[in-house]
Amino acid sequence: MHETTYHRASSVDEAATLYAKGSEARYLAGGHTLLPVMKQRLASPSDLIDIAKIKDLVGIEATGDTLTIKAATPYFDIATSATVKSAIPALAYLISLVGDPAVRHRGTIGGSIANNDPAADSPAALLALDATVKTNKRSIKAGDFFKGLFTTALDDGELITAVSFPIPAKAAYAKFPHPASRFALTGVFVAKTKTGDVRVAVTGASQGGVMRMPAIEAALKANWSASAIDGVTVSDQGLMDDLHGTSAYRANLIKVMAQRAVTAAG
Amino acid sequence: MSVEGIGASVVRKEDKRFITGKGRYVDDVRIHGMTYAAFVRSPHAHAKVKRIDPSEALKMPGVVAVLNGQQLADDKVGNLICGWMIHSKDGSPMKMGAWPAMAPETVRFVGQAVAVVLAESRNQARDAADAVVVDYEELPVVADVRAAIAPGAPQLHPEAPGNIIYDWVIGDEAATDAAIKSAAHLVSIDLINNRLVPNAMEPRAAVADYDAAEDHYTLYTTSQNPHVARLVLSAFYNIAPEHKLRVIAPDVGGGFGSKIYIYPEEMVALWASKKIQRPVKWTADRTESFLTDAHGRDHITHAQMAFDKDHKIVGLKVKTHANLGAYMSLFSSSVPTYLYATLLSGQYVIPNIHAEVISVYTNTTPVDAYRGAGRPEASFLVERLMETAARQLKVNPAELRRKNFITQFPYQTPVIMAYDVGDFNASLDAAKKAIDYDGFPARKAKAKQEGKLRGIGLSCYIEACGIAPSKAVGSLGAGVGLWESAEVRVNPVGTIEILTGSHSHGQGHETTFAQVVADRLGISIGQVAIVHGDTDKVQFGMGTYGSRSGPVGLTAIVKAMEKVEAKAKKIAAHQLEASEGDIVIEDGQFKVAGTDKAIALPMVALAAYTAHNLPDGMEPGLKESAFYDPTNFTFPAGTHICEVEVDPNTGKTTFINFVAADDFGRMINPMIVEGQVHGGLAQGIGQALLEGTVYDDNGQLVTASFMDYTMPRADDLPSFNVSHTTTLCPGNPLGIKGCGEAGAIGSSAAVINAITDAIGNDNLVMPATPVRVWNAVHAKQAAE
Repeated sequence: MHETTYHRASSVDEAATLYAKGSEARYLAGGHTLLPVMKQRLASPSDLIDIAKIKDLVGIEATGDTLTIKAATPYFDIATSATVKSAIPALAYLISLVGDPAVRHRGTIGGSIANNDPAADSPAALLALDATVKTNKRSIKAGDFFKGLFTTALDDGELITAVSFPIPAKAAYAKFPHPASRFALTGVFVAKTKTGDVRVAVTGASQGGVMRMPAIEAALKANWSASAIDGVTVSDQGLMDDLHGTSAYRANLIKVMAQRAVTAAG
Repeated sequence: MSVEGIGASVVRKEDKRFITGKGRYVDDVRIHGMTYAAFVRSPHAHAKVKRIDPSEALKMPGVVAVLNGQQLADDKVGNLICGWMIHSKDGSPMKMGAWPAMAPETVRFVGQAVAVVLAESRNQARDAADAVVVDYEELPVVADVRAAIAPGAPQLHPEAPGNIIYDWVIGDEAATDAAIKSAAHLVSIDLINNRLVPNAMEPRAAVADYDAAEDHYTLYTTSQNPHVARLVLSAFYNIAPEHKLRVIAPDVGGGFGSKIYIYPEEMVALWASKKIQRPVKWTADRTESFLTDAHGRDHITHAQMAFDKDHKIVGLKVKTHANLGAYMSLFSSSVPTYLYATLLSGQYVIPNIHAEVISVYTNTTPVDAYRGAGRPEASFLVERLMETAARQLKVNPAELRRKNFITQFPYQTPVIMAYDVGDFNASLDAAKKAIDYDGFPARKAKAKQEGKLRGIGLSCYIEACGIAPSKAVGSLGAGVGLWESAEVRVNPVGTIEILTGSHSHGQGHETTFAQVVADRLGISIGQVAIVHGDTDKVQFGMGTYGSRSGPVGLTAIVKAMEKVEAKAKKIAAHQLEASEGDIVIEDGQFKVAGTDKAIALPMVALAAYTAHNLPDGMEPGLKESAFYDPTNFTFPAGTHICEVEVDPNTGKTTFINFVAADDFGRMINPMIVEGQVHGGLAQGIGQALLEGTVYDDNGQLVTASFMDYTMPRADDLPSFNVSHTTTLCPGNPLGIKGCGEAGAIGSSAAVINAITDAIGNDNLVMPATPVRVWNAVHAKQAAE
């Protein structure tokens, strides 16, 4: 690891100020992406602004229609939260599949979506649930937030403060893990809103990162059942092709995982 | 059997320090004034080193020196050696290219060191290593065997035309060809035995300390065989004469073969320590482990097995290309030859066997022995052939094996090995019973109703371990003898220290070796200490690999114990005024048989050291040593059966059951044996399902981290059903055979046989990842 200067911020404003002062500052939440990259000497931020201890960034609350998870809330807290399990059990389940216990006790949902790894689980939930990303400057709809591989709508120094999820009528996540990394080789999140709209998001499969599947959404809107997807053709165009999954295999997994998710959602 | 003696599942003595973080590993060693080494490594798989410019690095904070391969050569430090001579079928010796510890002219694999930075801290060393400018002229790359042997392929070493190291044969080709020609049935197979990265939990490390006043070196290193390391460093690398070099292998966190060898980094650390007159520490990071620890396996094989009309095997012909990587590692030449082709008879009567092995240089990390070393490759081949044959002949795979089992012992195979003892029917029966083999068709039918593909696969493996008779291996080209040594020191108070040339790096010797001693004397294992891993403490020994510490290392201890006991009995008889022949040892007492006269071990020991009242002419003291050279290999064998379910929609394989019925002869500590089997099975199943080592055409290791290389994890594995049948090994007094590698040797074939049974397609390459299985399912469906 190259030398860096560590700061612990006690408020969102302080974090933003510290960030602005650094020549190449980075926010540090759980650190489970950034620190390994730093150890491999592939990243060398001048300053690390630790936001994990900012009280305003940790917590979970639900109102009648909305579940809000603050950005630095660790995965473990989300996966085991009675509030989350009651409001959106599919989200608690998805989070329970992230990494391993060590990762889940440190890693945060804000860190995951800010990184926007194309195989991360959380972006699928945000996109399918039509969540809103709240930052220290504005609110961004999930559909506008994810901009491709490791790219988001965040401006330099902009800090995610919370994610708000509309509570759906039905939702489920089905994941086929990458054998080595346990990220999603393909993960599919299906959601049916209380107004009957259907949104399906896929992670791990596309060269462009998390994406929606309009053909599957249309089929499910007409008939919310696994068999409704039988006739849908999933193209392998634009899908990732690597050691653990050809694009054709991933196209197959999108369909199979979507069917399993619908079955699980009931 | 005492409660802590032979056969007792005693909890491991060493685990308290390992579990509570009190182990002392090489990286825990700190010496005043210590510097840290970071290697400058080639990013290219094949290139000329045109220029190394350390000037920017030398200006950086904390940098002490930057050293390179030319300086090594100037100091006449020797090239790395390969310690086993193999001759090609034309009689010519193997063609070995030079391997300097740091490349002065040419690099031949990604990660090969060209220079080393010594600095005050690890991070300073690494920062400076990044700043060393190396100009490379890239050369064409051959990253796999097929590319390496193609006409016109780029050449790695001028010594080895066509990149061929040797073209070696064993067996009677004419007789085998004749048997195949006249056979009623012929089964052919093409296999790849996938390359594996060892990935011991503890990466390699070295702390080198040169003492100018004494002109003496100390090396702390992650070694399975510190004496062999000292011998090689002294005799071949010219670092220091043996009496001026102490090698200490303290707690070592796993080896699996990869820590047998003496690598460039360790010898550079020693040399650099004298060069800069300060201690030097180097600890590999995980990427360095992936790139520079000797890899395992990597064979491409075509084979034919011939059967007569009654389904008896009449011949086996094998042609294997073995990838040895860019350089010949210490025992690399022996692994695909004498440790592989000599096991091709498996558990079967095969009257005619012929094998040809062509070992090849490629621009990849060197390949050497890895848990099983040649024997997993042999077992996988024979057991895939047997399963395929049964399918083609449409007979029960278990019964085809049974029909061909060797049942008379000793049995001389056509490929050198003479099996001493075994009962292959017993282990097959035990495994079949454990998995309810006969109930499988009903389970398969039920699974089919649920949309799942159920399969079952057998593997009846045999291996040769307890290496090895020195005279025999010497005649086959080994550069060393493979005996083992022991010294037994009975202290004046009656406690015992056992100095063994074996080395424990996870095997539990501190417990099992103590159990054997405790058993003989009727004392507790707490009274026995095992000393190993330090050339200044322990007499010369050969170390631990090839499942040899039990059959060879423990036998040396028994031989030394016999001498100690004989002397102690003389002392006891003298003290008790009895006849030496009447003395028996029980419960820590030397007793006069049939009487109540007895003297306790501590009193015998005290008498030996006070020497006030010893038999006339007896030397004081109670300490004996022994060197034991085995008369034969030992032959652990058994049957593994695997039952799996494949999800045709995803290609995901799920274990239903995995049973192992092994014959290891006498077990000293069944719990530790079972642990060894579990670890071996994890590695064999890992090879079958998970672990794939992939180089791209440029020789870059694509799977250089755990994000891409799938190490087996607990939830990847079934709950193993392990049992034992026993035939005692006649070759050693304990009757033990060795158990360290069997799990890795037998299990891969069982897994692949099960999956191919499930999907009805034999065309499946290891590791059988979900995407590969899914493709095989679809290829089968398309064919139909």
